[in-house]
Amino acid sequence: MPDARVIPIGGGDRPSRRAADAVAAGASRAGGERARRRRSPLIDDSAGSVAPPTVQSTGDEPTGDAVEAASSASAASSASSAAAPTGATAKRSPSRRRPRSGRGAAASEPAGRQPDSTTPASGEPTTRPVGAEATPAAAAAAELPEWERKIAALLAFARRRLTGDVQVDEFGFDPELTDKVLLALVRPLYERYFRVEARGLENVPAEGGALLVANHSGTIPLDSIMTQIALLDHHPGHRHLRMLGADLVFSTPIVSELARKTGTTLACNADAERLLNRGELVGVWPEGFKGIGKPFAERYKLQRFGRGGFVSAALRAGVPIVPCSIVGAEEIYPIIGNMKTLARLLGLPYVPVTPTFPWLGPLGAIPLPSKWIIEFGEPIQTDGYGLGAADDPMLVFNLTDQVRETIQHTLYRLLMARRSIFF
Amino acid sequence: MGRVVMVTGVSRYLGGRFTQLLQADPDISRVIGVDVVPPKADLGDAEFVRADIRNPVIGKVIAQAEVDTVVHMAVLSTPLDAGGRATMKEINVIGTMQLLAACQKAPSVRKLVVKSSTAVYGSSPRDPAMFTEDLEPNALARSGYAKDSVEVEGYVRGFARRRPDVAVTTLRFANFVGPKVRTPLTQYFSLPVVPTVLGFDPRMQFVHERDGLEVLWRATLGDHGGTFNIAGDGVMLLSQAIRRAGRPSVPLPQPAAPWIGGVLKRLGVADFSPEQMRFLAYGRVVDTSRMRDVLGFEPRYSTREAFDDFVARQGLHGPLSADTVEAVERTVLDVVGRSPGAREVTRA
Repeated sequence: MPDARVIPIGGGDRPSRRAADAVAAGASRAGGERARRRRSPLIDDSAGSVAPPTVQSTGDEPTGDAVEAASSASAASSASSAAAPTGATAKRSPSRRRPRSGRGAAASEPAGRQPDSTTPASGEPTTRPVGAEATPAAAAAAELPEWERKIAALLAFARRRLTGDVQVDEFGFDPELTDKVLLALVRPLYERYFRVEARGLENVPAEGGALLVANHSGTIPLDSIMTQIALLDHHPGHRHLRMLGADLVFSTPIVSELARKTGTTLACNADAERLLNRGELVGVWPEGFKGIGKPFAERYKLQRFGRGGFVSAALRAGVPIVPCSIVGAEEIYPIIGNMKTLARLLGLPYVPVTPTFPWLGPLGAIPLPSKWIIEFGEPIQTDGYGLGAADDPMLVFNLTDQVRETIQHTLYRLLMARRSIFF
Repeated sequence: MGRVVMVTGVSRYLGGRFTQLLQADPDISRVIGVDVVPPKADLGDAEFVRADIRNPVIGKVIAQAEVDTVVHMAVLSTPLDAGGRATMKEINVIGTMQLLAACQKAPSVRKLVVKSSTAVYGSSPRDPAMFTEDLEPNALARSGYAKDSVEVEGYVRGFARRRPDVAVTTLRFANFVGPKVRTPLTQYFSLPVVPTVLGFDPRMQFVHERDGLEVLWRATLGDHGGTFNIAGDGVMLLSQAIRRAGRPSVPLPQPAAPWIGGVLKRLGVADFSPEQMRFLAYGRVVDTSRMRDVLGFEPRYSTREAFDDFVARQGLHGPLSADTVEAVERTVLDVVGRSPGAREVTRA
C-alpha cells in the first residue's frame, strides 16, 4: 500500500457530532458532567442496563426458595404425623457427630456408622445425577416423610451440580463436593477399616493459618486423606486441610481433577504462602515420593525433608508449624519390590510390588487393615524470628531438622506403645 | 487542543466499541482508527485510516496527526481472523514492531497502551494456583497466540526502555466474554456438545467486555505505567461453565484431544490451537490485586456474572439449562408430594 487513505466515517465536521449516532448520544445523555462520565464511561445501550445481580437472581433464587418451602412443608408434615417416622428421626439424631448447618439432610449422617444405608445415597447425586432424579418415583412407596425431605435436599444438590451453581475458590476447592461426596466415600475406611485414632487435636489451632507437617507412607497417599478427615470431622473447628501436592498429581488425569476439588494445590512457595496468608490450615508431606514409595524394610524411617521450603513459607507467613505423626499407614501396602523399568516407561516415580500386587490383580488394591494413630504434636512457633528470617538458610535448616526430629521421635514413641499392627 | 488518540485494530468488535467510547470524552479531540479492513461498525466521528500496521506508512500518520496516545489492540487471537497462521503472526509480531518503531520516532507520543493476554503465562501442571504479574511462565509458549503475545510484550518492553518518557501500560486480559464479543472460547462454549479433556477440570477466569472496555479507557486516560492482570473476581471450573451454558460435555482422552481439535478446526466449527488444548486441560488463574491497588479498577462483573451474562445475552440454551433442570426437579417433587404415603400423611 503506497499511501494511506483517510476516510472520515459518519459526520466529518464537528457540529454534526450530536447526530452522529445513537450510541454516542446515549453516552452524553449521562449528564454531561465530565467527572461522572469518567467514573462510568460505558455506554448504556438499552440491553446493557441489565445489572449482573439481576441476571443471576432470576435463575437461581426462586427455585431455591421453592425447594426450601417444599422441604420445610414436608418437615412440618412429618412433625405432625404418626409416631413411627418421628421415632426413626429421633433414633438417628444422636448418631450425628457434626450437627453443622452447612450439611444437607442427604449426607448429614456419618457414613462410617451406617455404611450400608447412607453411602450409596450420598454417592448417587454426583455419579448418576440424572438417575438420582429418577429414584423418587421408585421410592415413593417407601412412604417416609423423612424421605421426602431427603429427596428435596438431594434434588437441590443434583440441580446445583447440573446447573453448575457451585462455588469454588481460586484454588479450585469445592467444599460441598469434598464433604458430602468424596470424603463420604472414604469415611468408612477412616471409621471402620483403619479405625483411625486422632490424638492431640487440641494442638491444631481452631482458626488462623497453620502449617501441618507429617510423615508420608503407604504407597498410595491415603494418609493425607485420613488426616483431612480427622481434622474435618473430629477437630472442634471442623477445619478443611488444604494440602500441597507434587506436580505429578496435577499432570495425571482424574487425579488432578479430584486433587483440586478436594483442596490440594501445587507444592510451591507461592501457593503455600497464599494459603497461609488467607488463614488456611495447610498440610504438607515434605518427604514426597521418597517417603511414600520407600521399601517396607525402611518403614518409619523419615527420609530427607525436601529443601525446607515449607519452613520458609511458614516463616514468611508467621504461622505455627504443627508436626504430625502418622502410624499405621506404612503397613497398608508393604512394598517388597519396585519395578523400576516399568516405572520409567510409565513416567512414574515407582511401581510397587507388594505381597498382593500385582499377583492378585485388582485384589491387590485392597489395603491391609492396620490400626492407625494420627498424633498432632505441639505447634512450633515461627513468628518470633523477625523479618528476613525466611532468607536465613541456617535457621531454615535448623527448624527443618527440629520438625523432622520431633516427628521421628513421636513415631518411635507411638510404635513402642503399639500392641500390634492390626489392633 | 485536546488529545489525539490512535487505536489499532478498530475493525474488530472491541476496537470499534473502544473507539466509540473515546469520542464521548471531551478531552480527546481526535480519534484515529487504524486497521487493514474497513470497520463493520459505525465509528462515529473517528477518522479511519485504512493502513496495514506492518507498513511504514503508519509513521506518517502518527507524525501528521501528532498522535500523543497509541492504543495497540491489533493482536489477533485466532488465525481464522487473519486467513492463516503465517499472516496472523505477521500482523501480530511484525505489525507491533512497525508500530513501535513509528512511535519511537514520534516525539509527540506520550502514552502507549497495549492489549495483551494472560495467555503469556501459558498453562501447565506446574503452574502456581495464581499468577502475579512478575511471575515467569513455567512452560514457554511454542506457537500461536500465546507466543505472539509473549513476543509483542518483549518488543513493548524494549520500547519502554528506549523511550522512558512514554508511559507504557500493558493490560493482560483473561478471556473475554459478553453479549457481543466473539473469541475462540465463546465459540467453544457455543458448540452443541462441548468436548473436554478427560480427567481435567481446569479453573478459568473471564472478563466481561464492558469491564474490559472500561479498564482500557482508564488506562488510556490515566498515567499508570506497568503491567496489569485484568480478570473478573473469582474463578469458574470448566465443567461449571459448560453446565451454566446448559451444554452437555463429552470428555475425550488427552492423547486424542489434538486430533479432535484438528478435525473441529478443519470443519471450521471452532479454533483449537495446541495452547488452547493445554488451557482446556490445566487452566490458568491470575492475581488481580495490582489491578485493584495500582490501577484502582474494580470489575463490575465477577467471572461468574460475566459468564452468566454471556450465556443469557447470546441466548445459549441447551438440554441442561437451569430452567429445564428446575422443571424436572419440580415435577419430581410433585410426584413425590402426590405419592400415596405423602397423601396419607397430609390426611392424618
